[in-house]
Amino acid sequence: MGAGKIVKVSGPLIVAEGMGESRMFEVARVSEKRLIGEIIELHGDHAYIQVYEDTSGLGPGEAVESTGQPLSIELGPGLLQSIYDGIQRPLNVIYGQEGHYITRGIDMPGLDRRAKWDFVPNADLNEGDEIGAGDILGEIQETALIVHRIMVPPTIRKGTLVRKPEKGSYMVEDTVAEIRTDDGIEQVLLFHRWPVRTSRPVVKKLVPEKPLVTGQRVIDTFFPISQGGTATVPGPFGAGKTVIQHQLAKWSDAQIIVYIGCGERGNEMTDVLQEFPELVDPATGHPLMERTVLIANTSNMPVAAREASVYTGITIAEYFRDMGYNVAVMADSTSRWAEAMREMSGRLEEMPGEEGYPAYLPSRIAGFYERAGRTICLGKEGRIGTMSVIGAVSPPGGDLSDPVVQATLKVVKVFWSLEDQLAFERHFPAIGWLSSYSLYHDNLANYFRNEVEEKWEEMRTEAMGLLQKEAELKELVRLVGLDSLSDQDRVILETTKSIREDFLHQSAFDPDDAYTRLLKQFRMLQVILELHHKCIKAIEKRTPLRKLLDLPVREKITRMRLVPESELDSFDAILEDIDTQVTDRSHENRTGEDEVQGGDRREVD
Amino acid sequence: MVTEYTTIGEIAGPLVLLDSVERASYEELVEVELPDGELRRGKVLEVDRSKVLIQLFEGTRGVDVAKTKVRFLGRGLELSVSPDILGRIFDGLGMPIDDGPKIIPEKKLDINGSPINPYARIYPKEFIQTGVSAIDGLNTLVRGQKLPIFSGFGLPHAELAAQIARQATVPGAEAAFAIVFAAMGITFEEANYFIRDFQETGAMERVVLFINLANDPTIERIATPRTALTAAEYLAFERGMHVLVIMTDMTNYCEALREVSVARKEIPGRRGYPGYLYTDLATMYERAGLLKGEKEGEVLEGSITQIPVLSMPDDDKTHPIPDLTGYITEGQIILDRVLHRKGIYPPINVLPSLSRLRDKGIGEDRTREDHAQVANQLFSSYARSKEVEELAVVLGEAALTEADRAFMAFGEAFEGRFVQQALDENRSIEETLTLGWELLTMIPRTEIKRIRDEFVERYLPKREAPSEG
Repeated sequence: MGAGKIVKVSGPLIVAEGMGESRMFEVARVSEKRLIGEIIELHGDHAYIQVYEDTSGLGPGEAVESTGQPLSIELGPGLLQSIYDGIQRPLNVIYGQEGHYITRGIDMPGLDRRAKWDFVPNADLNEGDEIGAGDILGEIQETALIVHRIMVPPTIRKGTLVRKPEKGSYMVEDTVAEIRTDDGIEQVLLFHRWPVRTSRPVVKKLVPEKPLVTGQRVIDTFFPISQGGTATVPGPFGAGKTVIQHQLAKWSDAQIIVYIGCGERGNEMTDVLQEFPELVDPATGHPLMERTVLIANTSNMPVAAREASVYTGITIAEYFRDMGYNVAVMADSTSRWAEAMREMSGRLEEMPGEEGYPAYLPSRIAGFYERAGRTICLGKEGRIGTMSVIGAVSPPGGDLSDPVVQATLKVVKVFWSLEDQLAFERHFPAIGWLSSYSLYHDNLANYFRNEVEEKWEEMRTEAMGLLQKEAELKELVRLVGLDSLSDQDRVILETTKSIREDFLHQSAFDPDDAYTRLLKQFRMLQVILELHHKCIKAIEKRTPLRKLLDLPVREKITRMRLVPESELDSFDAILEDIDTQVTDRSHENRTGEDEVQGGDRREVD
Repeated sequence: MVTEYTTIGEIAGPLVLLDSVERASYEELVEVELPDGELRRGKVLEVDRSKVLIQLFEGTRGVDVAKTKVRFLGRGLELSVSPDILGRIFDGLGMPIDDGPKIIPEKKLDINGSPINPYARIYPKEFIQTGVSAIDGLNTLVRGQKLPIFSGFGLPHAELAAQIARQATVPGAEAAFAIVFAAMGITFEEANYFIRDFQETGAMERVVLFINLANDPTIERIATPRTALTAAEYLAFERGMHVLVIMTDMTNYCEALREVSVARKEIPGRRGYPGYLYTDLATMYERAGLLKGEKEGEVLEGSITQIPVLSMPDDDKTHPIPDLTGYITEGQIILDRVLHRKGIYPPINVLPSLSRLRDKGIGEDRTREDHAQVANQLFSSYARSKEVEELAVVLGEAALTEADRAFMAFGEAFEGRFVQQALDENRSIEETLTLGWELLTMIPRTEIKRIRDEFVERYLPKREAPSEG
């Protein structure tokens, strides 16, 4: 604790003297407006404070008071369906109180103090039981989708239950249980505070083994992310980073979504706010908003709070993971977070690293993504929870040598590379298939093989091989023209065109196309490859290429994305069509007139 | 009581360092009195104990160490607003420079504004018809959007911006509207082009102009867009008007910002621009949009739609100014030198252009059911025609397949008939879409993959398209 006076104001950074008793990363209240700030450097009794609100009008001599607490957020019922700013102030409540604009010095708890929650205690508990961090005291049905488990906070490591929880209606500040520890009796409330920069403890990390199913064909089939995995989406503006993040927030099979809008457009958050309550979870029929927490520090909100917003978001996600849920965090965009660090670093007059970013940028980024994972959570029953983190990066000019991209690629396992050219052609999602990668294929192979289709991996590898071959062939065509290709190669080009246009391309705005289940993804790719195999065989039997290019079934293939999930049998019909039509065409040839191309082939052979 | 200081210690570029100041605050407005009595304004950039760093909007020429006086005014830079600002011309700081009477302020507003709470916004969905096919059809402008024009030196961005200002309407909705025009460092002639255009069309009485010309003080440009946006916010959200804000040229604004940053010896980001350029631009671009009304589900009457114009140095889209702008704005309209050389006006290259709000601003209730799919088909077909064109350059036209040739012809017709239009040609959205369908008859039916069959049945003309020329 300490109380001092401002001596310097430079943008979001202020320096205060007389702060000898304060500690690093403690929260300070600045001026009589009581703006919230955090101590980020100490020199003797001078504290350097990053202020989370606009500092206009502040000057030397005004009072600064440190609170003795690190920057913490409140964890408890009421988080879901909320929209918070970077330091967990509820924006909807601020709107109700302050109107359209965000004013300064608003002091507001993250959780509604007056809301009542119906609490159902854990029936197995008895007074006198040994109890420890992570043990479940009871449950609250927070939304129709999500049961909020009230756990013993990690700060109470071990103790004896002296007052067991009772059924009833509680507010967040009410005590539900008492635990005797070595330090005395601890009250457990419905909520607790946790410092955002400290990751919540777990028993142990595990290797990921299940995919986070997103319904996006290019992701699930070619570049899957696991539950508890990390992924990054870098790309120039207009390539569709935000649409991908929104699609994942809508359709991925995580149970909880934490969406961090970090330094991005205000309207994008509004879009989520207006759309999610209308979107319905297919499994339960309840609005998707009921599983979502939003953190919004839009680009016009104070820059220092942007730095905090990613930590606020990931801490909320960890809290739900501790309950045993599969949680996905979307951070859009981590570049803005890095730029906020750069701005503070510049004002602290630190020696810059690459591109003016501070030298600790890579370690901060690594530390952030490393909080993801599949873990055994604290608590008796050894719950398994996962937290996946998907971060967008906005490199200047789409240049992947950007320090933020490079530092991110060092730690994440999945790279979805967005490409300008694809976006220009309105091929969405504009994920480039040649430069993207996923390092989870090995972890997930068993799942796909056993739970979806045995041939999944095989098919994916074949399709990927064809796409790589296409790139080589296109190079060749550019140099010497299409005529120089063999018929087999022409078939490959037809197939890859079909993979690109009928499989990889997926419209986020077409209700029938926005989401594809794994089995349908498999069937779609299967159809394309089946046609490919049949055509190659037909070519080997000297069927002329042009007869294979205008097969009527191709029309059906272009429409197969619209086949409803409930009618997957119709893929069998397409397979049959392929078989009969290719056979017919080959047959025509054998009985028909002499073909020029067929003749050519004979010479080549 | 205002204290006067004569304790200037250092003067460098647009900055003045003042010593022994007792009381000053960050972002405070100061008044500087030169030895000859001239008054200039500035703002506080940094306070460090008794030292205060001040940025002078009108430059430091003539400021001396001994006699110049500095007064702190205890408030930020403010703009006096009232409904009478319509039809008037102001300088970059908001002082009238036409011969009209003084503005009697209804209120004074801090030009920095406050951030809009994202929870208080309404997602923009209302289609604005600009009468320009390349915009309406493919990169649709929506009320409350911020859609910049990325241009280059010598390209007709002024003409296009003026045409949009002239023609923009929301079909079927009559409402009070106004235009706020902010000129930053542009030439007299360019500014005059707009003023004359507003006068000729009789729009002048609904226009507010903030003019900082190329030979006006550079640092004043930092305040100009903020002053203009403050006027826009007042007209939109307090007077219920639909405001179109044209800001040109943002590149000059950014250069002024760089000048201050360099004078402060800050660590530069890319190309010498300060690291906070993104945040700084965002605080302006984000002042566009629609707000919630008083009752649940209602929209507050009034809106701000922004069309910032910026010139890309060397036509480079990855230059920090267009790059950071593109990350904040909801799309971009890109003008292209090659099209311009071909004599096509407006020379909009639709492929890298984008309107992020398009998909929710168009469709059955807003424009027409087939709009989105036609647009996507035109995009992908035009992209294909460009690929074919490249191929033709390498291999010669003889090597092209029949389909390729069809696409190539389509590409030419697309540029010559769809993109190309006259300066005063105002096409309705139906005309634009009909034209699009007409062009689609030029490519094989099997290549129309982005449009549902029912729409093709309903809209694709059954005859062959008339040949080009």
